[in-house]
Amino acid sequence: MPAVAELPAPPKTATPVALPPTNWRRRLLLPGLAGLLVGAVLLSAGAGAVPIPVPAVLGILLHKLGLTTGLSFELQQEAVLWAIRLPRVCLGVLIGAALGLAGAAMQGLFRNPLADPGLIGVSTGASLAAVATIVLEVTVLAAVREWLGFYVLAVAAFLGACGTTLLVYRLSRESGRAVVGTMLLAGIAVNSLAGALTGLLTYAATDEQLRSITFWGLGSLGGASWPTVLGVLPLLALPILLLPRLGKSLNLLALGEEQAAHLGLPVTRLKRQLIVLATLAVGTSVAVAGTIGFLGLVVPHLVRLAAGPDHRVVLPGAALGGALVLTLADMLARTVVAPAELPIGILTALLGAPVFLWILLREKRQRRV
Amino acid sequence: MFNVQNLRYQVGRKVLLQGVSLQAQPGELLAVVGANGAGKSTLLRLLSGDLVPTGGQVQFEGRNLSNIPAPELARRRAVLTQQHTLSLAFEVRELVLMGRYPHFRGQPSAHDHAVVAEALALVGLTDLAARSYPTLSGGEQQRAQLARVLAQVWEAKGGFLFLDEPLTGLDLNHQHHTLDVARALVQRGFGVVAVLHDLNLAAQYADQVLLLRQGETVAYGEPAAVLTATTIEHAFDIAVELLVHPSLGCPLIVPCPRPLPTTRGWA
Repeated sequence: MPAVAELPAPPKTATPVALPPTNWRRRLLLPGLAGLLVGAVLLSAGAGAVPIPVPAVLGILLHKLGLTTGLSFELQQEAVLWAIRLPRVCLGVLIGAALGLAGAAMQGLFRNPLADPGLIGVSTGASLAAVATIVLEVTVLAAVREWLGFYVLAVAAFLGACGTTLLVYRLSRESGRAVVGTMLLAGIAVNSLAGALTGLLTYAATDEQLRSITFWGLGSLGGASWPTVLGVLPLLALPILLLPRLGKSLNLLALGEEQAAHLGLPVTRLKRQLIVLATLAVGTSVAVAGTIGFLGLVVPHLVRLAAGPDHRVVLPGAALGGALVLTLADMLARTVVAPAELPIGILTALLGAPVFLWILLREKRQRRV
Repeated sequence: MFNVQNLRYQVGRKVLLQGVSLQAQPGELLAVVGANGAGKSTLLRLLSGDLVPTGGQVQFEGRNLSNIPAPELARRRAVLTQQHTLSLAFEVRELVLMGRYPHFRGQPSAHDHAVVAEALALVGLTDLAARSYPTLSGGEQQRAQLARVLAQVWEAKGGFLFLDEPLTGLDLNHQHHTLDVARALVQRGFGVVAVLHDLNLAAQYADQVLLLRQGETVAYGEPAAVLTATTIEHAFDIAVELLVHPSLGCPLIVPCPRPLPTTRGWA
């Protein structure tokens, strides 16, 4: 046999080799974002027509937990915070976290930084179903409306989201596996079909219906109340708790599906989990707050920019970042044109689009160097 | 040991592989050679479990490949594919650490980091450990991926490594270096199956050679027995002369000169 170059023997035990130095930005990111989120929640809960300073917010919260503190507040402040502000802030945190996570998960699944849950038809499907509910006040629906009340729109949107995702998923299956490239193309086609149908319904709508459609399409956390928060909690808790556990798996998926399978990853199961959880997150969000754009696209990008591409950090980072951004955006939406209120979807797009362009330009400049 | 019996794979009516049998043993380097489209990669993908055979079977240590749980298999055999894209800009050491994912839950241990460092040293990329993968040259990317698959089966007893054309895009030095690494693994008790294009490298480094032609075995055995002028001409449709390597004593294959093809229209 040929002469073999002398190569180092394998390490018999764990030789203490210097561990790779962890990036300090990566270490600080999650605690930092969590701290900022707490601050944003306190600020946002205090901002509005009845201003409540942060110490008073803390005092009320602790009082509700049965703790007496020296922090003073008025009864009116307590009522406003508890009945109006707090459910809204909670809804913002939940939806922001869910949208950020869903974006990061879809970008990982499609192995494409431009992917967005909207790509597989979740948002347009939800919109179509909601608009159909508004415009086609069918008699059957009227009966359902009686029973579900305000929630009929939310339920329709959620079912629409699940329906389109299922359709796209079915279209992209080849011998039992979802082919990601086909899925993207099927998503584009289904999206434009749903968009066209929504347009058709809008065309047929009355003026009053048009107003509800427009407002709904722009997104708002205005419908928040404790029943809403508790209603969406189980649906959003699933993706918020389960998606961050898929960090290692999503890292492997970056190698390619076949390569990930060689490392023991059950790729088909993972893809199904990602799609179901992301649809749950986005479908539920659209159902209660309308379409809130750009959050799922931009937040994971910003996290990656700060801490690198490791999904074990990106996923929890996108959840915290999404919650932070939506809390702040909602505070702005409520205060800039007070006593009126801006639709939050306009704000996230207004802020998100320039940030996204800035990222693109920055990356372009870095490539040139 | 990987035991392959009468393997067959077809898509529709097109038969890509048939009647192939082989034994890949620990402590042996098996080179799979043949012309383009002879079924080399198909064979490797059947061995890796990417494809399910339409006939015959692949067994790993007496068990059918499809009955072995994926995580268990991942700790025992690693695959280096031809294509290796990475959709996100991971650092080289993060990429190599992915090879350790089947071995830890949650956080990697000190041992996992040690294996990453050793694997990087073995392929000569220690200095580039903190570099972002997309900034590496093609050859460096390939070596980084090799380090990843090495890390995956580093301490496996009787582990297997499948390499699909691992030398494509590497310079002369690194072609030999990659095969040196493969031989070092073989001496450690690993089984290596490599698809190779260079018959001389196969003759020099392999313990066993499988020569394929149109999805069927032409010859299988020791390099000197498999790589003869007759078998090579049959498999590659080109006449060769066989010399003896001056220092290693293995076959040295030299293609016979032949006239340029006459092409109509090239007045």
